[in-house]
Amino acid sequence: MKKSLLLATLLSLLLAGCSSTPINDASKPSGPVSASSIADDDSDLDLASLRDPNNILSKRSIYFDYDKDVVKAEYKDLVAAHAKYVSTHPKAKMTLTGNTDDRGSREYNVSLGQRRSVSVKKSMNVLGAQDSQIETVSFGEERADTNCKNDACYAKDRRVDISYEKE
Amino acid sequence: MKKYNFSVLNLSRIFISLILFSLINSFAFAIETIEISGGGTKQINIAVMPYKEVVVDKTSSRMHQIIAADLYRSGFFRPLDVEGLVNKPTILSEINYPEMTAIEAQVMTLGQIEVSNNRIKVNWFLVDVNKKTILTTMEFSGSTAQYRAIAHKISDMIYEKITGIPGVFSTKISYISKSKGRYSLNVADADGFNVQSVVGSPQPIISARWSPDGSKIAYVSFEKKKPIIYIQSLVTGQRTILANFKGNNSSPAWAPDGKRLAIVLTYNANSQIYLIDPDGSNLKPLIQSAHIDTEPVWSPDGRMIYFTSDRGGRPQIYKVSSNGGEPQRVSFEGNQNLNPNLSPDGKTLTYVMQEEGKFRIVLHDLQTGQITKITEGPFDEAPKFSPNGHVILYAHKINGTGELSTVSIDGVVHQSFNIHADDIREPAWGPL
Repeated sequence: MKKSLLLATLLSLLLAGCSSTPINDASKPSGPVSASSIADDDSDLDLASLRDPNNILSKRSIYFDYDKDVVKAEYKDLVAAHAKYVSTHPKAKMTLTGNTDDRGSREYNVSLGQRRSVSVKKSMNVLGAQDSQIETVSFGEERADTNCKNDACYAKDRRVDISYEKE
Repeated sequence: MKKYNFSVLNLSRIFISLILFSLINSFAFAIETIEISGGGTKQINIAVMPYKEVVVDKTSSRMHQIIAADLYRSGFFRPLDVEGLVNKPTILSEINYPEMTAIEAQVMTLGQIEVSNNRIKVNWFLVDVNKKTILTTMEFSGSTAQYRAIAHKISDMIYEKITGIPGVFSTKISYISKSKGRYSLNVADADGFNVQSVVGSPQPIISARWSPDGSKIAYVSFEKKKPIIYIQSLVTGQRTILANFKGNNSSPAWAPDGKRLAIVLTYNANSQIYLIDPDGSNLKPLIQSAHIDTEPVWSPDGRMIYFTSDRGGRPQIYKVSSNGGEPQRVSFEGNQNLNPNLSPDGKTLTYVMQEEGKFRIVLHDLQTGQITKITEGPFDEAPKFSPNGHVILYAHKINGTGELSTVSIDGVVHQSFNIHADDIREPAWGPL
């Protein structure tokens, strides 16, 4: 008995798709910003104070204890300074990016980093910073040092970074 | 200013290797079955004899080597060393049964490969050594580019004949590689060969998940400096944004019918699970809490969603109806449990258990509650059941470098993937 069979599996996946789709990295500005808007932003946002290495606003990282999201007392002044900046510059847009060390699952660490960025945001809310000006996000363990052998190394990964739009 | 460009590759190439080949059941032997005791508890000794062929490319694996490697990795077979045998049969009449019995072969496969005009034709047999009967015999033909695909198909048929469960050797896996600071979502054969890049980026990519029909992959990309979920077609390469809300957008999980996904959003608060249609419409919260709820996975019947939550203090596995409601805690042992994945029959959960500083893969029998540790750690993560439930693919870190391995569900056979990249992680297994 001879029986002929056709394996029709995956035929539907054989459709052609010939073009290569370029995707621009949208984290970079997509076009030139006009000179006038830069001037406006400069005056509105007081970008110089954010950049001034002698100003506490140039300090951008808050570090956490293992598996904790409590903002430690040593960062009180730093958090207060950024909260004040945001509340006194209504056009300012701040991003708080949480980070973790590289132990545990990647998705859970995104959530853990988020818990830290939310914790910093809440500290700033108390001081008058509005939610509409703040976005809390997390990179989880994606920026962590993968060669850590001790806690001093892991500790550097457990942080929230503060950044501003247009700075 | 540095400007990054990254491109979506033409994915039709991925599937060129899957062009169908015909198979012809060429003889009418009585088909026998072989008796084996309980799945996974006992390996079948198989003699995979070299198929007779004209070897064109000496650097490539030969067909019997691909088949033996497939069967070994499954954990259900112990391929025997046949190199030292005097007699290497390629047709039935050449089999020296006493010699096969002497090496304790229970079954054997043998065959012949004809090559002409870039076509190959494989005649092969699966033989019960004790009963001296043919279990399966087939003729497969295809283009020479189908060489590995045909070998995997033979492995599938041998596997199903002996275990009664379909083999997964012809399926696809995906993983994320990181080389020279660039990330790439790749698709490969289940044995790690035929690697094709789906999308590349200078920023991290995580959490790739295959749609149930295997035609799309949902994943999380940080290319806009925050996690955003995309869905990309493996057929056309076209991609769409599934979720780009304020805060994080992550952890996509396709419902078994492919008509919805569970995702995790934060806005300006902690991770929470939502349901959304694949076109980005019909967003609604699944459950709401002040705690972390993340890593959703669906039960195969679509009724339950298992997830990781820290509502009890430490991350543990919970489950909730896919219509919402009150979650129930599932995991209790260990310091932390996270990263769940369900077996295709919905009866076993695999997840990462953290205990004494080690992260290990465990199996949790949902009927008996029994927990079995199947890896040693210390940094194992992202376990995924094979589509037949017999093997788990997972990632682990060695000196900070990520690698992929498989482990059979009895924990006996561990095999690493030989993929060339600085760092590989985040495996997922495509459907059967």
